[in-house]
Amino acid sequence: MNAPAPPVGLLAELTHRCPLGCPYCSNPLELEGREAEMSTEEWRRTFTEAAALGVMQVHLSGGEPAARRDLVDLVAHCAAAGLYTNLITSGIGLTAERIAALSAAGLDHVQLSIQDSDEESADRIAGYRGAAARKREVAAEVVRAGLPLTVNAVIHRANIGRAGALLEQAIAWGARRVEIAHAQYYGWARRNRAALMPSRAEAIRAIAEIEALKAAHAGTIVVDHVIPDYHATYPKACMGGWGRRLINVTPTGRVLPCHAAETIPGLDVWSVREHGLGEVWASSPAFVAFRGTDWMVEPCRSCSRKGVDFGGCRCQALALTGDARNADPVCHLSPFHGQVDAVVLAETGSVVPDYAYRSLRLKD
Amino acid sequence: MSDAPDPSSRPTLPRGVRLKHDALRGEWVLLAPERLLKLDTVAVEILQRCTGEATFDAVVDDLVRVFAAPRERIAADVGTMLSGLAAKRLLDWR
Repeated sequence: MNAPAPPVGLLAELTHRCPLGCPYCSNPLELEGREAEMSTEEWRRTFTEAAALGVMQVHLSGGEPAARRDLVDLVAHCAAAGLYTNLITSGIGLTAERIAALSAAGLDHVQLSIQDSDEESADRIAGYRGAAARKREVAAEVVRAGLPLTVNAVIHRANIGRAGALLEQAIAWGARRVEIAHAQYYGWARRNRAALMPSRAEAIRAIAEIEALKAAHAGTIVVDHVIPDYHATYPKACMGGWGRRLINVTPTGRVLPCHAAETIPGLDVWSVREHGLGEVWASSPAFVAFRGTDWMVEPCRSCSRKGVDFGGCRCQALALTGDARNADPVCHLSPFHGQVDAVVLAETGSVVPDYAYRSLRLKD
Repeated sequence: MSDAPDPSSRPTLPRGVRLKHDALRGEWVLLAPERLLKLDTVAVEILQRCTGEATFDAVVDDLVRVFAAPRERIAADVGTMLSGLAAKRLLDWR
């Protein structure tokens, strides 16, 4: 096999530690503690290798990346390596001084999560009293520092009626860009699916509201609208294609083609603690497993869209069909597509269960 | 087009949007929040002049010296491109 084209982006999950407990967190159910995390030096080496490999954008994420004391140092290192550096944060742990230091270190962009436009509801979703008020201050401090701000909101049952208000809050806070992303059911969101999933009617109403606001505010704010894939016709090209554009590095240095890839059993995942990043990208069995289109089964194998959506999401195929090689069942061509409708119907009943808040305590 | 730029306003790339020459792939890209746009040589010539110093008119005048094309044609093409980037919040007017 020829060497794959180089990756363009790297998502660095610097830590799993986070003061919030959002029930849709994309982190795995089994979270790593501080003692298992990579050192500053290991992360620096990873970023240096990423730049040499062809990565142009680094997304510093978590958990909450501000929980790392070396965050400013790591941003400075990325900037010196010529990497476009994006901080994906809850805002908790970012003081005005720290934001100024990150800005001076060469940070390019801040993406701040919000939970709801109603602050009481937002704090309940985050499982953290005062989070919403603090985020409002952080947004103001980011804008004051001259950093471009994106506001990110995950849409689900508790806030879907305020999707438009969330977008308008992002404008009021001075964001140039807003991501309105309907919950994707992996990790903690899979566990909390029955508490999170809105009805199809609610989803359709919210999508129309966001699309109307997107048009009305064009030129003021860029709206990236990720529609709920359980209601879609074709799957999304997850990660832009497996092992094609993006790398995910976990807090302990494990290198994944997507953040949920460890849910796929038998995937041999390599670590930057034992291998160079370029070697992992080219040769690690986890990256090779679903790269390209040769691994596909029908209906993907003979589908004209196989180079467009790459069969969708492997993790979702596994979760809903039992085999990661199958077409993502959100595709209307999948023989398992009925499973999706069954899940939507079964989990949008009138009884809403309590959240299982994301928590570090679950790991043995 | 009704949204033709004001000739005296100054186009600039805002913080968070930058031009980069990618030596590994031998191409120019525009890096922006959660985006990466590949640029052709014409786009690079235009964006390298969007420094916040030069007016739209001055940018066009300068490009007329580089490209063998009528000024009106260049002004229209540059205006279309910059207005498109501004609509995506990838370019500001000063």
